[in-house]
Amino acid sequence: MGPELDFEKPILELKGKISELKQFMDEKGIDLSDELNSLQERLAALEKETYGSMTPWERVRVARKLNRPTTLDYIPLLFTDFVECHGDRLYGDDPAIVGGIAKFHGHPVTVIGEQRGRDTKENIKRNFGSPHPEGYRKALRLMKQADKFHRPIITFIDTKGAFPGKAAEERGQSEAIARNLYEMSWLSVPVICVVIGEGASGGALAIGVGNQILMLENSWYSVISPEGAAALLWKDAGKAEEAAKTMKITGSDLKKLGIIDKLIPEVLGGAHHDPKKQADLIDHALIESLTELSQLSADQVREQRLAKYRAIGNYDTVQENLTNHSIFSYSSDRQ
Amino acid sequence: MKDFFTKKKKYATVPSAKARQDVPEGIVRKCPKCKKIMYVKELKKNLFVCQSCGYHYPIGARDRAEMLFDQGSYVEFDKDMVSLNPLQFPNYMNKLESDRKKTNLNEAVWTGKGLIEGFDCAVAIMDKGFRMGSMGSVVGEKITRMIEYANKNGIPVLIFSASGGARMQEGVLSLMQMAKTSAALKEFSENGGLYISIMTHPTTGGVSASFASLGDYNFAEPGALIGFAGRRIIEQTIGEELPEDFQTAEFLLNHGQLDQVVSRSELRTVLGRVLSIHAEGGAAGWDQN
Repeated sequence: MGPELDFEKPILELKGKISELKQFMDEKGIDLSDELNSLQERLAALEKETYGSMTPWERVRVARKLNRPTTLDYIPLLFTDFVECHGDRLYGDDPAIVGGIAKFHGHPVTVIGEQRGRDTKENIKRNFGSPHPEGYRKALRLMKQADKFHRPIITFIDTKGAFPGKAAEERGQSEAIARNLYEMSWLSVPVICVVIGEGASGGALAIGVGNQILMLENSWYSVISPEGAAALLWKDAGKAEEAAKTMKITGSDLKKLGIIDKLIPEVLGGAHHDPKKQADLIDHALIESLTELSQLSADQVREQRLAKYRAIGNYDTVQENLTNHSIFSYSSDRQ
Repeated sequence: MKDFFTKKKKYATVPSAKARQDVPEGIVRKCPKCKKIMYVKELKKNLFVCQSCGYHYPIGARDRAEMLFDQGSYVEFDKDMVSLNPLQFPNYMNKLESDRKKTNLNEAVWTGKGLIEGFDCAVAIMDKGFRMGSMGSVVGEKITRMIEYANKNGIPVLIFSASGGARMQEGVLSLMQMAKTSAALKEFSENGGLYISIMTHPTTGGVSASFASLGDYNFAEPGALIGFAGRRIIEQTIGEELPEDFQTAEFLLNHGQLDQVVSRSELRTVLGRVLSIHAEGGAAGWDQN
């Protein structure tokens, strides 16, 4: 288990008391099971209360836990026969994005996900889960292959953002992301995107143009990290907690805004408490989504995805300006 | 007698640093690159390009439209569309209102159609004076509608980018405009549509990472800043100073990201050539002759 967060301290203390009591009982051979039961009930209630009412900022911090399950943790729990495929065939292989082919309940699928490290050494290898252009180009290569062989695509989003580096710019980070948005919109196979941890900006969206967007309860997805938003908007990165709330970045906020399709519940306290059980919850959601999308023809799959993104936006036309209303405005003939 | 002389000016009047920099706005402008002072009238005649060093002044969308289209041939689309503040972001509506007054635009992009060298085109022109040209719901919607108009009418699309990226105050909705505009371009492209992207200063972040990079032809104005991540963030990340020309149009050309860097004075000519080559459906016609 990773370091506990401050809001989890009372839980940790209570757990400590329980284990002390157990030890005491074992050593002295005294039966204090009534006290033990009451403490355990208190713990259950406290956990439910604490984890049931987490603030957006608390969720962000759970999403960043080093021991939170990553793409490569979920793959063996969700799929069989996984064959990893490396390289973009243009420049190199980016360890910050993993991908390959596998079977999901016996059916062929393509799996792609952003991959951060689970410790410092691995994080250096994986560039902390921040992809370079070759990562996005590898993802696109695998998606086009999936399109050719008519198998659904499942992507796992977990990144602090596309890497802001010199080499990334030289090799066309912008173009790589843009190209993925462009090509993913047109795929004729179902694409299901699951935000499993952090979903920051274009680096997340670049593998995130799907028929359905699913999010774990303690993950976040936004145009920028809470720290970045605070620095840009209020010139104070310390206001990240406030930004996490204002920017509406949690799964439940995004469900209300109509951006995501499904919120996947997490095991109490966060996915890291029981990765196996968490994988079952994801499995259930994926089966449901794939079943829904399998009803659609290839053309319908594309049309559904195009329509989904076409509809996103929040705007109005100003009434008092109607005299200037352009004759080319489409507002009346589209519903 | 002694007093008589000293009573005269003790010091020569040296204009303060501020006064020296303050060239009267509206009559003359001082080039930020070579410091040459030019009359605005002359500058305008020269398409807001410095006559001595070729510096391209950033220009507003309305000025751009005026110099781009064949005289009097253009109309504006969707000029009454406004954002609804989806996140209820504090002060956002006030900021939009003040930028509307400042730029005489309803949002950070002008869209419309008109003739360029005689060819009908659907065009979007971003304006960095409006919320740094950032893309929120309205920018995404206006650009998408413009592309759909072109798709329906079989005419080319031109987009002049000038943007700091996605608009923070609309959160994830801004991010999704990247997907929306890119998807619209893909559909247009699948129907054989021609899209020319012209990147102007600055084209960064979410705009650079969506429609701006997706042209059948990608052009840029000289000296324009173009890139995904901000220079300061990159320097902090990699811990080294970046070369001066990093992320300029010329840098992108050298790294294979652009077809050409085109000066403002050459632009209509270059666009005219591209449009005429595509006018009859590109290569079609050989077998007919």
